[in-house]
Amino acid sequence: MKRKILLGVSALKMVASLYLVFLYVPTEEAMGIVQRIFYFHVPVAWVAFLAFFIVFLGSILYLWKKDSKWDVIASSSAEVGVVFATLLLITGSIWAKPIWGVWWTWEPRLTTALVLWLIYIAYLIVRSFATEESRGARFAAVVGIVGFIDVPIVALAITLWRTQHPGPVIFQGGLTPPMLLTLLICISAFTTLYLLLLMQRISMKNDEIEIRRLKELCR
Amino acid sequence: MSFWHKVVVITWKDTLSEMRTREIVFSVLVFTLLVIVTFNFAFGASQEMMALVAPGILWVTFAFAGVLSLNRSFIMEKEEGCLEGLMVCPISREVIYVGKMLGSLLFMLIIEVIALPIFAFLFNLEVLSPQLVVITVLTTIGFVAVGTLFSALAVNTKAREMVLPILFLPIVVPLIICAVKASGLALSGESWGGLSSWLQIIGAFDAIFLVVSFFIFAFVIEE
Repeated sequence: MKRKILLGVSALKMVASLYLVFLYVPTEEAMGIVQRIFYFHVPVAWVAFLAFFIVFLGSILYLWKKDSKWDVIASSSAEVGVVFATLLLITGSIWAKPIWGVWWTWEPRLTTALVLWLIYIAYLIVRSFATEESRGARFAAVVGIVGFIDVPIVALAITLWRTQHPGPVIFQGGLTPPMLLTLLICISAFTTLYLLLLMQRISMKNDEIEIRRLKELCR
Repeated sequence: MSFWHKVVVITWKDTLSEMRTREIVFSVLVFTLLVIVTFNFAFGASQEMMALVAPGILWVTFAFAGVLSLNRSFIMEKEEGCLEGLMVCPISREVIYVGKMLGSLLFMLIIEVIALPIFAFLFNLEVLSPQLVVITVLTTIGFVAVGTLFSALAVNTKAREMVLPILFLPIVVPLIICAVKASGLALSGESWGGLSSWLQIIGAFDAIFLVVSFFIFAFVIEE
């Protein structure tokens, strides 16, 4: 029931976002129509980092309390998060091509996003390569914790590295009120979507665990 | 026995085993030389170009050599069942972590001590500055701090050696960036002031991950 409501709310917010992004907000003067991808790019980035933070919390709680429900939360968040991280890289590239003329540049934010994506992948690979489920969960928790602590250091190092060779500027000027409203609604819509997907995945994982338990009983 | 006494026993065990077989140091050293030479062919011959890419080549080489040596260190334990033996000993898991870490640190430093002069010889550069030595030592500490943790994790998975680079390389990106930048500056004669921000990041990474790995290691090697 909760999930159906969330689905409805999420759909509503998404429709509202689409209206705001494509019909309501005025075109930005420097970059033109392409700038509208900003309203998808920023929320997706926010969710990718939020999801990783949930992975971090879930990992710590799993190692501490040894209750597998925390591992279910952490791994579900990682799976949803990697999708958003991939979207982050794709929307970043799509935006970069018309504005900067290249698909990719080693600019601080993009590079940090790439490293975040790689750490997500490492988390998921470690799970699948472990010899047993519980070990996989523990190893993944370790990667989640170390990875999350590492991301700020990565961002710092890359920013210091790149300011030596200044890259293209994202935005001149601030956000006018309509732009700010659109951005906030979009962030809210994507966060709701993330929560919906997370709850869906957690419920699926719990069902998988239940099925496995029943299979063991039937042996 | 005090904590450090037990740690030294483990490090000494690794060192003794290495002195007898010379497995890690020789093979990784040869690998390091081959990688440097191969990079040399990859990047062409002009002297200016080589001066530009030299720090990058140096640190990519050390990163790969580090992965190899860290892998060997735990695979040896796994093969002979030594890891179980260590866990049954009346020592805390943290002792195992510090002992293995110091052992890997020692081997990597030995490899670097030999590789750096050869690197200087092949690239015609001055590497014996104190700045470069400090950069190398600090970065290596960071490598082994995280690497020991992940290596213990990797040997317990199905893909074994392949998992370590996948885990390790994204995490040590800050170390590689800062080491390459700082080495480049040091090789062009920069004094300590110019290096300080890079060294600070490396130092912070070392401190943070020594502590984090110290506490998490137990979770990795428990059955």
